[in-house]
Amino acid sequence: MTLQKILAGLVAPAFVISVLSATPVQAEPLIWGVQAEQTEFRYGKDTDVFAWNFDALVGSDELKLVWRSEGEFATKNDNFERLENQLRAQVPISTFFDAVGGVRFSSPSTGNRFDGVIGLHGLAPQFFEVDADLFVGEYPSARLDVDYEVLLTNRLIATPTIELNLPFTDDTKYGKAAFGPSLEVGLRLSYDVVDRLLSPYIGIHYERSFGGTANIKRSEGEDAGAVFFVVGAKMIF
Amino acid sequence: MITITRQYVVGAVMGLGLVAALGSGSAQAGEYNITIDPVTIDTGDFTRSGVGFNGASPGPVLRFKEGENVTINVTNNLSEDSSIHWHGLILPFQQDGVPNISYPGIKSGETFTYNFPIKQSGTYWFHSHSGFQEPDGAYGAIVIEPKEREPYRYDREYVVQLADAHPHSGNRIMRNLKMMADYYNRKQQTVFDFFKDSEKMGLGAALSDRMAWGDMRMMATDIEDLQGFTPLINGKGPDQNWTGLFKPGERVRLRFINSSAMTYFDIRIPGLKMTVVQADGNNVQPVSVDEFRIAVAETYDVIVRPGEDKAYTIFAESMGRTAYARGTLAPREGLTAEVPNLRKSPLLTMADMGMSHGMDHGSMAMGRETHEMPDGSSMSGVAHDAHSSTTHKMRDGSEMKGAGHAMPDGSQTQGAEHQGMAQSGGHQMSDGAMMKGMDHSAQGAMAQGGMDHSMHGSMAKGGMAKEADSFYASNSGLMPSAANGGKFLSYNDLKAQKPLYKQRPPTREIELRLTGNMERYIWSINGVKFKDAEPIRLKYGERVRFKFVNETMMTHPMHLHGMWSILDNGNGKWNPIKHVVSVSPGTTVYMETEVDAPGQWAFHCHLSYHADAGMFRKVVVEGGPKEQSDASVVRHEGH
Repeated sequence: MTLQKILAGLVAPAFVISVLSATPVQAEPLIWGVQAEQTEFRYGKDTDVFAWNFDALVGSDELKLVWRSEGEFATKNDNFERLENQLRAQVPISTFFDAVGGVRFSSPSTGNRFDGVIGLHGLAPQFFEVDADLFVGEYPSARLDVDYEVLLTNRLIATPTIELNLPFTDDTKYGKAAFGPSLEVGLRLSYDVVDRLLSPYIGIHYERSFGGTANIKRSEGEDAGAVFFVVGAKMIF
Repeated sequence: MITITRQYVVGAVMGLGLVAALGSGSAQAGEYNITIDPVTIDTGDFTRSGVGFNGASPGPVLRFKEGENVTINVTNNLSEDSSIHWHGLILPFQQDGVPNISYPGIKSGETFTYNFPIKQSGTYWFHSHSGFQEPDGAYGAIVIEPKEREPYRYDREYVVQLADAHPHSGNRIMRNLKMMADYYNRKQQTVFDFFKDSEKMGLGAALSDRMAWGDMRMMATDIEDLQGFTPLINGKGPDQNWTGLFKPGERVRLRFINSSAMTYFDIRIPGLKMTVVQADGNNVQPVSVDEFRIAVAETYDVIVRPGEDKAYTIFAESMGRTAYARGTLAPREGLTAEVPNLRKSPLLTMADMGMSHGMDHGSMAMGRETHEMPDGSSMSGVAHDAHSSTTHKMRDGSEMKGAGHAMPDGSQTQGAEHQGMAQSGGHQMSDGAMMKGMDHSAQGAMAQGGMDHSMHGSMAKGGMAKEADSFYASNSGLMPSAANGGKFLSYNDLKAQKPLYKQRPPTREIELRLTGNMERYIWSINGVKFKDAEPIRLKYGERVRFKFVNETMMTHPMHLHGMWSILDNGNGKWNPIKHVVSVSPGTTVYMETEVDAPGQWAFHCHLSYHADAGMFRKVVVEGGPKEQSDASVVRHEGH
């Protein structure tokens, strides 16, 4: 709790100062927007899932405040397998990368939790979009999220994604075992219908747990891996 | 009684004097009213709300006379602040119309009265300098009739004002670019392009090409940040087809103005030679061309002589070949001519990244021979150790390669390198320019002298026109060539008709590295955005040599307000006088400015979204008379 208080305490005033410090003569327009990489329905063997993943950001070149929301709602049990809302501050540290600091509030159906977040967000060589986050709290974990865009045409785009979660401690409430990674791999084929405002897609999504985390899944009568067919839309506005 | 009579007499004499003055055209006074209004813009492709003058976009053509004093009442009917900047006009800084530099701007509902003398002639334009009102439609043309007879004749004239109207508002475009720098780039290389390239150059070569760009996280297609616009001529889209009428055999003067927010155009009129007689409002020694490139905010006046009783298409392709403006010159309304297809989109090369200097060794050796001229005149302020061996090393291909690998971090590496090169790079460039200039001028003169077209064409095929233009990086993907294989105007061809200033060595040099971060859509000068920058301080009476080093992969049209930009294209005392100097990627370009206008001025890249993202400076001219005076300007009449 202390950590997130500190982070939240740091983030808010810094942001306000940055926005207000520009004098009228040199005022730069406020940067803001919403980027939803995934808003989709996943059709699976065991259960269907409604999932989303968006960033809403506001700020300047020097500091951006990002609300990142990710959710996975399983229709079989009407429960949130994942529900995370992060408040992240992004500060450029190199030409292509931002340092990230913030807080995460997780509230899936199994219970609520706060963590601190530190991470990196940016564009790696060869145009890989990278998020590398360390979640700091009672149950620390790490997450690596990499996206890549393959242009079939300038509007028809294939996007392979990979997300790797690695818990560092046993976390029975969230069904994770220490160093038992879980992996999500996806391939989505989208078409930009209106600018980049709306890009519907279809694709496949594969989830798999390993090690102790896989054992926990199995003990709950689930498979360690599951494949989904997805239908959804990307949005930027 | 006597007193009254006397007063009457004095008054009458003064009145007569005034009439006489009016008659001679030396002290006319014109009053103009302009309103800044919300308007609807219809391009034929889309309709949107925008900003205009006197109820329309583009606004009116303002016709001034050299020597008159103009009073312009500008009323802002928008619900936000606005302004009008008189682009290219030499005037007191309080009249320049840049909010927070010249004046506070014009509040909603208020009227600001501009009052200034017209000290020049030629083709110029005006536009709002507030927010993105200019890209949203707030632009118009200015034509100033000269006091003296012009050194060319024409039977009729038209303003041909180009623009790149976009369906999105300027604010939205800026936001989208900040969210995603390639938001509007629909010319990116696809996997199929990769397959094609693999077939052409082999898988290995195609892969290493893509890896090289990917390593820098930059795109070879990054030529137009902003695509999806409809190019306009005088407010009309290609299908709406602006038409100017002529009688066969007439000389028609076309005053081209590029009022685009972001778009360079390559302009041609198939079937007609164009004689360029003016650039940025200043007469140049006539050059006959088949095609020319107009940077954002530049103006070029050309004279054409359509001989046949048929229509001719004015065809202006965007530099990235994503769209074209089209108009028609016709003997009668309703006639049209064939509209050419867009040519293939160019790709940037590693040369545009400033990573290839292969050709420089050759040109350097030759450059030496012509060295004395630039040294003696414009370069005397520059250090003379320029030919030291370090120069050669820096220019050595292998050395550059090493630096090239460190490129991903872009500006820093390159910056260090450029500083290391000190003046030498410039010296050499300048020499190169001079050589080219001489070549081209010879060509130009021959064309003027009535050389027939076929010979001109064969010269082009012989490699002259296609040869390196020193205003592009050698092997640049942006190097233009004429669609018909003929003459494409180069900056090297521009020579002042009548130099405005006496040639003298610059008092000092100021280096301005044009820098940016494409991915973040941050644009800056010397790595610093306007928001964080100190003003550039100049002293009244000095002659400053500006060195632009373009370290980005985009072309930047640099515009200094209030004072002329004397482009150093190696033509010495005939260097042309401009208000916009375009700097291609991977090149260094010099211009000199006689600091003859006190006050504070704007100095920026004229690409609207680059200027707004930070490629902008305030220039403060210290000292000099309170009231602007041209006492220090040595008019160089008669040559």
